[in-house]
Amino acid sequence: MARDTWRSDLGGLADPARFREPLDITGQDTAGLLRLLRSMWQIRVVEEQVAALVVAGLAKTPCHLGIGQEAVAVGVCAELRNTDRVFGGHRSHSQFLALGGSPFGLLAEILGRVEGVSHGMGGSMHLYGASVGFHGSVPLVGATIPIAVGAALAAQMDGADSIAVAFFGDGACEEGVFHESLNLAVVYNLPILFVCENNLFASHLDIQFRQPSDRVARYADAHRVRNRTVDGNDVLTVQGAAKELIDAARAGQGPGLLEAVTYRFRGHVGPNEDIDVGVNRRMEDVESWKRRCPIRRLSEALLAGKAVTEAELKRLQTDVHAEVAEAVSKAKAGQYPPTAALLDLVYAND
Amino acid sequence: MTRPVGYGEAIREAFVYLLDRYPRVFAIGQGLWSPWYVGNTMTDLDKQFGKNRIIDTPVSELACTGAAVGASLCGYRPIVIHPRMDFMVLAADQVINQAAKWRHMLGGQVSPAVTIRAIINRGGEQGAQHSQALHSWFAHVPGLRVVMPASVQDARDLLISSVLCDDPVMYIDDRWLYDREAVLPPIVERPLAAEGPKVVREGSDLTLVGAGHSTYLCEQAAELLAAGGVSAEVVDVRVLSPLDAQQIIRSVGKTGRLFAVDGGWRTAGWSAEILAAVTEAVDPAKLRSRPVRIALADAPAPTSKALESIYYPTAATIVDAVRATLGRQEAHVKASA
Repeated sequence: MARDTWRSDLGGLADPARFREPLDITGQDTAGLLRLLRSMWQIRVVEEQVAALVVAGLAKTPCHLGIGQEAVAVGVCAELRNTDRVFGGHRSHSQFLALGGSPFGLLAEILGRVEGVSHGMGGSMHLYGASVGFHGSVPLVGATIPIAVGAALAAQMDGADSIAVAFFGDGACEEGVFHESLNLAVVYNLPILFVCENNLFASHLDIQFRQPSDRVARYADAHRVRNRTVDGNDVLTVQGAAKELIDAARAGQGPGLLEAVTYRFRGHVGPNEDIDVGVNRRMEDVESWKRRCPIRRLSEALLAGKAVTEAELKRLQTDVHAEVAEAVSKAKAGQYPPTAALLDLVYAND
Repeated sequence: MTRPVGYGEAIREAFVYLLDRYPRVFAIGQGLWSPWYVGNTMTDLDKQFGKNRIIDTPVSELACTGAAVGASLCGYRPIVIHPRMDFMVLAADQVINQAAKWRHMLGGQVSPAVTIRAIINRGGEQGAQHSQALHSWFAHVPGLRVVMPASVQDARDLLISSVLCDDPVMYIDDRWLYDREAVLPPIVERPLAAEGPKVVREGSDLTLVGAGHSTYLCEQAAELLAAGGVSAEVVDVRVLSPLDAQQIIRSVGKTGRLFAVDGGWRTAGWSAEILAAVTEAVDPAKLRSRPVRIALADAPAPTSKALESIYYPTAATIVDAVRATLGRQEAHVKASA
């Protein structure tokens, strides 16, 4: 395949050598920034624990880690309310946690315990947390995009100002349902935010080998859907763009699409980096992207601006580690679902 | 009040009943504002209930079905309509992987109470992609309820039961039944989970089992057989999944002979399931003849009228199959005498 002429349309957003500097936090409230930082830390530490559980052979459910992509979920979810309805895909630990879902419930689910968020019936890929606004995730990429459209239709019929959100990856944009969904959302003027975490890979394959352009928002242009393409490793930029699109959707101005360009430090599934499968994925790329780490960039900004001290940041980390460690040990002590669940949960009515 | 109504009109009555009483019911699908898509089943419903509740959509089988699933997760009772079941194959992910699975895989915390109305529309030289009856596929999937009304009353009442059910339901109606007429009693809401196969005609010599249009053929065949002195019992399956086969098993236990009639293909089809359910349960000593399947040949629907006439079973096909079996038995009795 001749890919020599292929070039990025993302204006440098896909280049790990750029956007490495600390975030610009001028005028931002420190408490708010620390909430964002804590949320990203929590996701990072929970997912590192998940990786450890997989390595230890305790978690068998396919775990798709989003380590490195935390800023997307945290930035978007900071602008959402409990009454909004969020749907995800196979890589959705981050969205669940960013909305305020419990680390214990997530870890118990990953360990197949009945105390888990899907009562031990879902595992890593089928998460549920309606009380925080997370209404379900599934591994068939693209499948929750039209479901979120339906949730937006319901919100419109309800006459409420809540919105629906669909999180998905760049791979899902290659499926027809994405186009059908953008079309429905725009012709019905629905309150929905499509969030594409463009991490430049669909399972093992680089976007260069899958699409003529790496800019996913071009599909939104074609459907006349309001859109923004941003650095997905800058939590503040993500939040700002999300706010703009969410406000418009809430105000009845129709759907929006947010493309957040990012990169996963681990592989498609499991704890490893997947260096062996990606034609274009090399360890030096991963190392380079780690220098664009969303957590480091916010931490450094806080330190540089003297908003917090090293000791305060350390304390935050220690707190998060303690919280997650406790959740892990509590989850390990959980029970498996009763055997009756196999048949009892098939139908609601009997 | 005593005016007979057609099967198609009965479906429309169900829509009116549901849309009138249940503000969270809405219909979505292609061609809902056009009579030539859905026959007389939805005539002027958009004018009566508004285009916001009767939504005619872009050509998007998959996304529209997904949107209906999504709305159902948010407390609505959508009815997504596929005017030809063939095109619903494009929506298979949302039906099979999503609607049917969400409850189980999310620990029983959600119930996609969506009704997927699939219309069988075949014959008339429409060919292989306008003629399919795919109920066997969908009946294979746990978590989905599959309903096929044969009678005018069921066309109305099972649609109401389907929409009020908390589970995802595929309701399959057949254009070949739209002209059936009956005088209907007032509507009584019944839980779908309590509905199942029903004996629609008593008989003693053999059992004919059908669903949807096949039941109608069985009833016609039973009439013809009665004229020849053969008493056929007809069981209408009505709810294909989850299947409660007890009524069928009881009937075959009584008559000793089973003929399963199916408007779908023979291989891995619904008629095979009926044979399996019965032969697993009925004492072989009670079977007076080998069970018989009368189904479509394993070929795509032809376009040519000449081939269509041999492709689709009729009442006469059923009568012939029954006579062949009974004839063989008589010959066997004579030979051994």
